Amino acid sequence: MEILVCVKRVPDTAENEFELNGAGNDLDRDDLVYSVNEWDNYAVEEAIQMVDKMGGSVTVVTVGDDESEEILRREMAMGANNGVLLSDDAFEGSDGKGIATILKAEIEKGSYDLILTGAQADEGAGQVGGMVAAMLDYPYASLVNKIDVMDDKKIKVGREIEGGNQEMNEISLPCVLSIQTGINEPRYVGIRGIRKVSSVEIPVKSASDLGLDAASVGSAGAKTRRVDYFVPDMGEGAEMLEGSTEEIIAKLIEKLKAKGGL
Amino acid sequence: MTQIYAYIPFKNGSAEDVALEYPAAAKKIDAAAMLTAVVTGSGAELDSVATEMSKIYEQVIKVDNQALAYPNAEVVRKALVNIIPKDAILLVAHTTFGMDIAPGLSVKMDAAYAADIVDFEGIEGTRLKMVRQELGGAVSTHVTADISAGAVITIRPGAFAPVDGGAANGTITDKSADAGDLASTRKFLEVVEAEVGDVDITKSDVLVSIGRGIEEQENIELAQELATAMNAVVSCSRPIVDAKWLEKSRQVGTSGQTVKPKVYMAMGISGSFQHLGGLKGNPFIVAVNKNPKAPIFQVADVGIVTDILEFMPELTEAISSL
Ligand SMILES: Cc1cc2nc3c(=O)[nH]c(=O)nc-3n(C[C@H](O)[C@H](O)[C@H](O)COP(=O)(O)OP(=O)(O)OC[C@H]3O[C@@H](n4cnc5c(N)ncnc54)[C@H](O)[C@@H]3O)c2cc1C
Ligand SMILES: Cc1cc2nc3c(=O)[nH]c(=O)nc-3n(C[C@H](O)[C@H](O)[C@H](O)COP(=O)(O)OP(=O)(O)OC[C@H]3O[C@@H](n4cnc5c(N)ncnc54)[C@H](O)[C@@H]3O)c2cc1C
Repeated sequence: MEILVCVKRVPDTAENEFELNGAGNDLDRDDLVYSVNEWDNYAVEEAIQMVDKMGGSVTVVTVGDDESEEILRREMAMGANNGVLLSDDAFEGSDGKGIATILKAEIEKGSYDLILTGAQADEGAGQVGGMVAAMLDYPYASLVNKIDVMDDKKIKVGREIEGGNQEMNEISLPCVLSIQTGINEPRYVGIRGIRKVSSVEIPVKSASDLGLDAASVGSAGAKTRRVDYFVPDMGEGAEMLEGSTEEIIAKLIEKLKAKGGL
Repeated sequence: MTQIYAYIPFKNGSAEDVALEYPAAAKKIDAAAMLTAVVTGSGAELDSVATEMSKIYEQVIKVDNQALAYPNAEVVRKALVNIIPKDAILLVAHTTFGMDIAPGLSVKMDAAYAADIVDFEGIEGTRLKMVRQELGGAVSTHVTADISAGAVITIRPGAFAPVDGGAANGTITDKSADAGDLASTRKFLEVVEAEVGDVDITKSDVLVSIGRGIEEQENIELAQELATAMNAVVSCSRPIVDAKWLEKSRQVGTSGQTVKPKVYMAMGISGSFQHLGGLKGNPFIVAVNKNPKAPIFQVADVGIVTDILEFMPELTEAISSL
């Protein structure tokens, strides 16, 4: 099975405290730590396990800049066979549809049986997978937490729905699936693994390599646009307990007693 | 005039709560807009939901087809492409169904797309201004979309104040004949119910709930000891279940359990909306987190900025010696 996994480089929510910049309209990006989108690691792991069982290959692709190469290498250290970086100044300002349009062009250059994305990324939209599928006229299923291959034309997938229930579907190949966390346990990648793939050539493709009209991507093609970042005024928020640990614990115990917690 | 359509999700013959939230959202987009509810399904169940909606919405469209009996997003999408006018705004709830249908639908309608919107700030020219969150709720952003060729927008359930239903006397229009070819290469098979675990976290008045801040599986013991001292039960956020450290039945959130405790101790939980979506009944929330900017502090009653791994044992000791 030939599997393409789309991956995104994102600011790591576990490693950063997000602050606005001086002008108050963007994140202060100077010291942000980036990593692979959490969901994408599950998608890559699933692809590797499928190929281990059935043969074929796993290709990871991202739309990004020079710095995005590191996440492709990380996923190749996990076991993906190939990496492709799609990068061009013309991609700047792309909205979700722009990103999907770029990915679609790359997908059409190959012949993949299965395209995997993460269920969502840092922006929390969960949009790219469904868009790519609709653009290719492939069937789509989101939030997939189980994949069973039936034959070379059909797979059975479970979608995680509300309450943790699982919606089972039969879906024809080729198709696009967005992968939910928990479907597997992504393998650990150490420094040594990354070193092993550090000299592998990763092709970089531009808009013209992909045969893309610059007006269909980037800010020219974008119907949606982010205006600014801000911190909302959420009213009072929590009453913050301060002081020494003993003082904090004494205050907390009073409150817990009053509210039925003790 | 702006035309807004609202897709009504329902279960067992009654509409989900978001049906009462769409009118508030529509009003914030354009107070003068014409708002229409769209219900797809089949048979008596569909009819009863359509009737229920006619008491909230002036216009209701129903689409009846056996193929729509279960809301398979790929099938519903095909029907909606034929039913929603090309320059209209379609609102869909940002649920697992909304995430499944909406991005592809926006492509097929050649319309703008915006996901998980929590507020609208009106239309200026051809652009609609909206508010959404990124990075698990750590920051908010304003986005604008060119809606001149229509838009598909998912809204966060619970983000818009529900209206009082019951007053309208709406017209129900049957558009079943316009649905078109509903054949699909994705076939719905069945829903498998989540497994029941050994403890029922929904029965406990006090929950000590742990998130990724617990860091290591061994540290769960610290939460268990605190829970024992408080006569509480340990629950958790999703990453703890993904890591297989605790059973799925202990997960609080939209894809886990809905709980209504009196007191909720959120230990090392950032406060994503999917997590908070499982917390009902306005409990007293204590949040302990080492990041003073964690979004959980916006919804908690009491907040403490510290390391839970050091704090929990001290609290356990203090409570045990009461
Ligand atoms: C080069 C570039 C320039 C950009 N410029 C702007 C800008 O000027 N203004 C602005 O507001 N936004 C900009 N963006 C952000 C862009 O709009 C988002 O990347 C897009 O909306 C998808 O992100 P998401 O978090 O919504 O993805 P989601 O749809 O939530 O992600 C789901 C899945 O889609 C796949 N995916 C998402 N993004 C990518 C990607 N880049 N490459 C490969 N797979 C992906 C992954 O599998 C991911 O798990 C830019 C992005 C890039 C890459
Ligand atoms: C469709 C869908 C459904 C979902 N359903 C659910 C659901 O039902 N339930 C759910 O929980 N999530 C759900 N999620 C996932 C959700 O989006 C978040 O990813 C998740 O809730 C984050 O869990 P967390 O707060 O434990 O982790 P994080 O967001 O990583 O937060 C960890 C927090 O711990 C703090 N911390 C770290 N170390 C320490 C320490 N030593 N002491 C104190 N604080 C510390 C950090 O500052 C941070 O705030 C769902 C996602 C999707 C897409």
